[in-house]
Amino acid sequence: MSKIRKITSMRLFLPIFCMILVMAANIVYDVACGNFALNFFTISIRNGVLYGRLIDVLNRGSEVAILAIGMTLVVSSSAGTDISVGSVMSLSACFCCMLLAGYGVSSTSDLAVPLIVGVLGGILLGCLCGAFNGALVAYLNVQPMVATLILYSAARAIGLLLCNNLIVYVRNDSYKFFGGYLGFIPTPIVIAVLCILIITLLLRKTALGLYVQSVGINKKASRIAGLNSARIIFLTYIISGLCAGISGIVASSRIYSADSNNIGLNYEMDAILAVALGGNSLGGGKFSLAGSIIGAYTIQAITTTLYALGVSTNVAPVFKAIIVIIIVSIQAPPFKAFFKKRSAQKALAKGVQ
Amino acid sequence: MKKKLAVALAAAMTLSGALAAVPVMAEDSDLIVVGFAQVGHESDWRTASTQSCQDVFTEDNGYDLQFVDCDNDSATQLEAIRTFIEQDVDYIIVDPIVSTGWDEALTECEDAGIPVIVIDRTIEDSDKYVSWVGSNFKTEGLAAGEWLKAYAEANGIEEINALVIEGTTGASATIGRTEGFSEIADAEGWTILDSQDGDFTQSGGQEVMESYIKSYEGQFNVVVCQNDNEAFGAIDAMTAAGISYGVDGDVILISFDACTAGLELVQSGDINADFECNPLAAPFVEEVIQQLEAGETPETEVYMEEHWYTYDDTVSTFEVDGVEQTCTVVTDEIVEAQY
Repeated sequence: MSKIRKITSMRLFLPIFCMILVMAANIVYDVACGNFALNFFTISIRNGVLYGRLIDVLNRGSEVAILAIGMTLVVSSSAGTDISVGSVMSLSACFCCMLLAGYGVSSTSDLAVPLIVGVLGGILLGCLCGAFNGALVAYLNVQPMVATLILYSAARAIGLLLCNNLIVYVRNDSYKFFGGYLGFIPTPIVIAVLCILIITLLLRKTALGLYVQSVGINKKASRIAGLNSARIIFLTYIISGLCAGISGIVASSRIYSADSNNIGLNYEMDAILAVALGGNSLGGGKFSLAGSIIGAYTIQAITTTLYALGVSTNVAPVFKAIIVIIIVSIQAPPFKAFFKKRSAQKALAKGVQ
Repeated sequence: MKKKLAVALAAAMTLSGALAAVPVMAEDSDLIVVGFAQVGHESDWRTASTQSCQDVFTEDNGYDLQFVDCDNDSATQLEAIRTFIEQDVDYIIVDPIVSTGWDEALTECEDAGIPVIVIDRTIEDSDKYVSWVGSNFKTEGLAAGEWLKAYAEANGIEEINALVIEGTTGASATIGRTEGFSEIADAEGWTILDSQDGDFTQSGGQEVMESYIKSYEGQFNVVVCQNDNEAFGAIDAMTAAGISYGVDGDVILISFDACTAGLELVQSGDINADFECNPLAAPFVEEVIQQLEAGETPETEVYMEEHWYTYDDTVSTFEVDGVEQTCTVVTDEIVEAQY
């Protein structure tokens, strides 16, 4: 009994519980249809690569998971959200494809510059966008949402200009790699795992994580304690831009083209939702990176589940909304307090006996 | 002194004004100003549609084209229309992002005496436009169905189990193509296993197809993508899962739009048939404008000529609503000539 209580009181219990709940819907569906109950969770090797719905969730969820890393840090340090990440994804992808194809070319199979130049160019531009947002928020004290609103609306248009109003195709196998397969594992999964590992190490092995939380909890006190609060906030926005750049390249590589209208469309909302689903407060301060990552994959699990259940696409957003409402309410403080009180009462009743 | 200066200034202004004004006036009176509020640039098709207008409405042809890319935002499009009215353009071309909410804006155009020509997508809640130029999406869907029927007969395929990757929900192309294809499917007793939204994008097509493969493994033999970009995505997903498609494969792949990249895939046999949705509306629009200039009344609905492209001549003709249709086998020349 106390073991169960220990598990349920862990910080990540609820986010993980919600993700399992979403996936459990598939078991119910499969059983009802008379299929093998664990269809959703079956992973096999097909055509030399990993195959299965769970792999789809991990693969398709990569972009939002990478974005969620940056978003978590931004939310924690500045108590605001970076709503430009979706547009910055699109801009990075456009710049990368423009470099690789050459300006004004709409489809190419030969690279105009080495692959690494294009990819790094795109990612660097993402960082630059992050730095722009960060400078506005950290040094000019502009509200985060207002500051990032600028690139939210402008970045997509800049990408459009870079691509000369075209969808630029880079039909080169080396470019397809980032959205394709590394051995038998989908590359996006590898990239997401690498990003998560690097940031986790950075937060664990240096004091960065502590600094970010400290600035988020009290900016002034942190400065008095000797932290350069503005610089730390600036840094978190650069990381967010970096993440947007990387996930832009992944999204673009999947379709080996820069589709400035659609890459990263509404992803900023998914990234913010991921942070919230992970049990993080959007008011800044303490954060759980693992929670946000779980949140990101939960969102993808919902999408994949709705596809699997064959829910008509007209009504799918309604179901998505209902599931999100349930998850958010389970994690809301009044609910948590209610369960705590109940378990305390139970414990008391036991004590009396 | 002051007066003299004023006179001198006025004289100078008139002179320079006259000098500057002469060529400008000449240009203004000659060129027909056309405002075009385009949807965006979400697909190759759209890019071709834009290009067609930019090629036809040139200064050499006597036009001054004011082009606005509305980035798939209907508010931006309404704003663009109002800007055109303020600029007092001669004609407005609009490809409506949404089919409703147009009455007010079109009434303003009518009050300003500017004729509006609607292309591609339709407007449902207003008839205050001169003409509509576009494709008959239902005919495209019917043609796809009739072709598949003939193709299945020719190849001795008895059972059709189709998966449909639809376009954006509510778009007229989605509605028309679904309606047309379903009509034939119902009549022939085909099974449509599933029909989901791929949003007319490659990544949408990829994601939906990935899911289809897992849900309907080995149960389907036809995949219908409602545009070429979705077909590219479906091809990516099937390749990754090791499912063979196209002319020599297990799955018959049908696509719509027929852009250059799509036709290349038809030529290589990856896509069995591609049903064109002609994006080159500009020549037809110019015809309408010329009729208006000449004081004639153009037709209210102008349907563009479209082709049905196939890999080979297994099926060379079929009938849609009693009208005989001819398939075009894709060759190098056709691919090169396509937008």
